[in-house]
Amino acid sequence: MAELNVVLSNPEQGTTREQELIAQVQRGQAELFYELVRPYERRVYAAALAILRNESDAEDAAQEAMLKALANIRQFRAEARFSTWLIQITVNEALMRRRRERTRMTEAIDDHRDDEGEYTPRDFADWREIPSEALERKEVRQKLAEALASLDRKYREVFVLRDMEQLNIQETAEALGISVASVKTRLLRARLMLRDLLAGGWEQGWFSRLPFEKGTKPW
Amino acid sequence: MVVNCQQVWKEISNYVEGEVDAGLRAAMDTHFSTCTRCKSVLDGTRNVIQLYGDERMIEVPTGFGRRLERRLAQGARSRKGTWSTWSAWLVPVAALALIAGGLRWADSLTVPHPLQSEHAQPGSNIPPDMVVVVSAGAKDFHVPGCDVIHNKEKIRTLTAKEAIREGYVPCVRCMRKYLQIASTSPVSSELVTELSSNVEAEDRARSR
Repeated sequence: MAELNVVLSNPEQGTTREQELIAQVQRGQAELFYELVRPYERRVYAAALAILRNESDAEDAAQEAMLKALANIRQFRAEARFSTWLIQITVNEALMRRRRERTRMTEAIDDHRDDEGEYTPRDFADWREIPSEALERKEVRQKLAEALASLDRKYREVFVLRDMEQLNIQETAEALGISVASVKTRLLRARLMLRDLLAGGWEQGWFSRLPFEKGTKPW
Repeated sequence: MVVNCQQVWKEISNYVEGEVDAGLRAAMDTHFSTCTRCKSVLDGTRNVIQLYGDERMIEVPTGFGRRLERRLAQGARSRKGTWSTWSAWLVPVAALALIAGGLRWADSLTVPHPLQSEHAQPGSNIPPDMVVVVSAGAKDFHVPGCDVIHNKEKIRTLTAKEAIREGYVPCVRCMRKYLQIASTSPVSSELVTELSSNVEAEDRARSR
């Protein structure tokens, strides 16, 4: 994670090796492409999964997207972040597959659902800090994944791209083909809904560092 | 500026993103210092972002990386073998040039490709192995001996199937049977010859 953050937060630094690899692959050394995308393979998969919601479809879409990235590597321009470029290609691939598989009717119902109404938080449980060790526990990750999966797709997709894939608001809007205003509205809702879904769990001790003392607060 | 809880909830995501102006930020900071409910919403929102932003939250299926590597290696090999280098472009380009040249040369040895007449009809139930003739520069195929064959000194014999494949259409005279009568079953070439002889005899009688 630390290594990944360096890449994300300092697009101009710490990526010399990446820039070298990009140039080599662009010159025809396609066998180096996996080394180039390996740091991002998990994020590419997560982006596909957020849209397709099926592990095997997501894996296939991720692989196909990486092949497309390889085929179009000469179109990549250094001013963009390579990770963002890969994720955008993956999102395109996943959206294309979903459009192919879904009926028009389902799409229409989904797309007309109102997301402009204000969201009122329901749970005001005190949730000041969390031990990062909590994520080492599989059941905590499971609870978080379940909460995310329960969101409507329009909220889930925006949240995954912005808060998990670390695309910025503009990039998220471009990847999904929606407006910046929509991204902001959906992001607000997604975050508040997840907070509501998880705040109660915090009180119940999901995130406790002491798995055998559930119900006790760690502070 | 003073903000209430509803305004805070509406802007809390932008606040966390650092996308509110200084006045609103100050008003929200004041609100958070006095409203425990909104402070808990703020803390919770930040926790959500922190938790889900952790790479440990992304779990991939076992063997995902290995399978991706294998598929990319296949893709890389096929690119290497075909399009990845300039030299690789030369092979298909040269092949295309040879094919195009070959086609032109072959074309020069045979009858020019016939044009379809706007009145042409495809015919029906023509026996595929029926022996027919075509002549240079014409569009039709004929029963051998048909007296409306143009350019008779340059005729070529082939089967009806080949003639149709090459774009020729049945002669409206000697092949009339296949154009005007919806025959239900293919007839033998002998019968066709006999029929076409009858047609020719009728024509000759009419011309007299």
